[in-house]
Amino acid sequence: MVFTRDGKSTSVLNDISLTVSEGEFVCLLGPSGCGKSTLLSTMAGFLSPSSGEITIDGEAVHGPDPRRIFVFQERGVFPWLTVEGNIAFGLFHLPAAERHQRVAHYIKMVGLEGFEKAYPPALSGGMKQRLEVARALAVNPDMLFLDEPFGALDSITRLVMRGELLRIWEAERKTIIFVTHDIDEAVQLADRVVVMSARPATIQQIVNIDIPHPRDISSARYLELRDGIFQQIGLAHKI
Amino acid sequence: MVRLRPIALIAVLLLLWQLAVTRNPIHILPTPWGVVLGIGDLLQHGLLFKYVVASLFRVTWGFALAVVVAVPLGLIIGWNRRAEMALNPLIQILRPISPLAWIPLAILWFGVGDLAAIFLIFLGCFFPMLLTAMNAVRGIPAVYINAGRNFGLSSAALVSRVLFPAVIPQLIIGMRITLGVGWLVVVAAEMIAVSSGLGFLIVDARNAGNRYDLVVAGMIIIGLIGLLLDIGMRSLQQMKSLRWSYSED
Repeated sequence: MVFTRDGKSTSVLNDISLTVSEGEFVCLLGPSGCGKSTLLSTMAGFLSPSSGEITIDGEAVHGPDPRRIFVFQERGVFPWLTVEGNIAFGLFHLPAAERHQRVAHYIKMVGLEGFEKAYPPALSGGMKQRLEVARALAVNPDMLFLDEPFGALDSITRLVMRGELLRIWEAERKTIIFVTHDIDEAVQLADRVVVMSARPATIQQIVNIDIPHPRDISSARYLELRDGIFQQIGLAHKI
Repeated sequence: MVRLRPIALIAVLLLLWQLAVTRNPIHILPTPWGVVLGIGDLLQHGLLFKYVVASLFRVTWGFALAVVVAVPLGLIIGWNRRAEMALNPLIQILRPISPLAWIPLAILWFGVGDLAAIFLIFLGCFFPMLLTAMNAVRGIPAVYINAGRNFGLSSAALVSRVLFPAVIPQLIIGMRITLGVGWLVVVAAEMIAVSSGLGFLIVDARNAGNRYDLVVAGMIIIGLIGLLLDIGMRSLQQMKSLRWSYSED
């Protein structure tokens, strides 16, 4: 992936080859600005690769698709729609009765009961993020792309949201590709962690996280895997 | 009490005005009381209501036509980079021309009458609305457009369900400012292109016997109606379903 701006070209991604299985939870982990969000946007079809190809179920990706929903780093809920209106946004092809039923189901799933008629500016950051996840799940996609979805939240809300996401993933078994720069977050969530280098990003290592959920984050295996990634990135785990 | 302060200030200023004019032998301004009598005079002859309606009629048409033409056009130009590159120089050249500079052409094309005045108001309102719509589209955060595309919206649905709602807050602010411009232009247009309305009242009062009490009466009525129009637009801005904006995070 090469970007050109003002006549200067910047190589952002280089020699990336990655295969993700159905129902898998993969974290892309790397330093800020390394190109992991670019990789995710390319997978989702918002950007086209300058060379190479993204294929999903054997089909080349040529643009965004409602079967694969992107949850944005910035809050992407529509402020002119209510909570209900946002969740129903992608359900325009469904008959009204089914639409209402789906909306009610996902409002309950993300714990936004009582806020159906509220507009996003009246919601907290965590609620908006849950709303965006609900809007994505409501169209029943095969895949979710999450771009540092919890980055802007406080640490307590972030922990709660990770638990919620795992609960939803275990219930619905979507394929999830999750971008983060937080090593702990990656090791807590993923089946596999793809460790990326600084720009131009290459895949440094793919770490299998062989701990069953719910994960004990003080277990020896957890610490061992986490420290391995710290070392891989070149950080001694000391401050 | 605090609310009464502006009213008290106006009352004091009126009193000072009255005193200053009555004590000064040179007649450079009518007294406030003279202006009140002038307004009474206009009411008595049924002119005030007639002129206000005439001016509002022209502003309504000129403004409404400008909004109806400029908003869709601005949205298209702002959305389409090529259209913007092609048309922007032309827009930037036409935009600084005061609508008043068009008066001779307006009269040539439409004659002396309502149409010429409406055309001038249309011109005065068209460019601010066009630029507002262009900037509003360009300012839509990419995340909303990407989200809309991600959910499989057709181009038409993307316009009606994402682009249009996303620009409404800016459009309303732009309409409020533009209506003020329209109200400025109508007075000037009526001084030359027609023989009714508040602008005409002012020129006519001077030409037909130096009735400066009526000149000032006309000015005050213009100010009051401009204020009422602005209050009306502001209430639109504060409607609950339109009050969101995306600057809150």
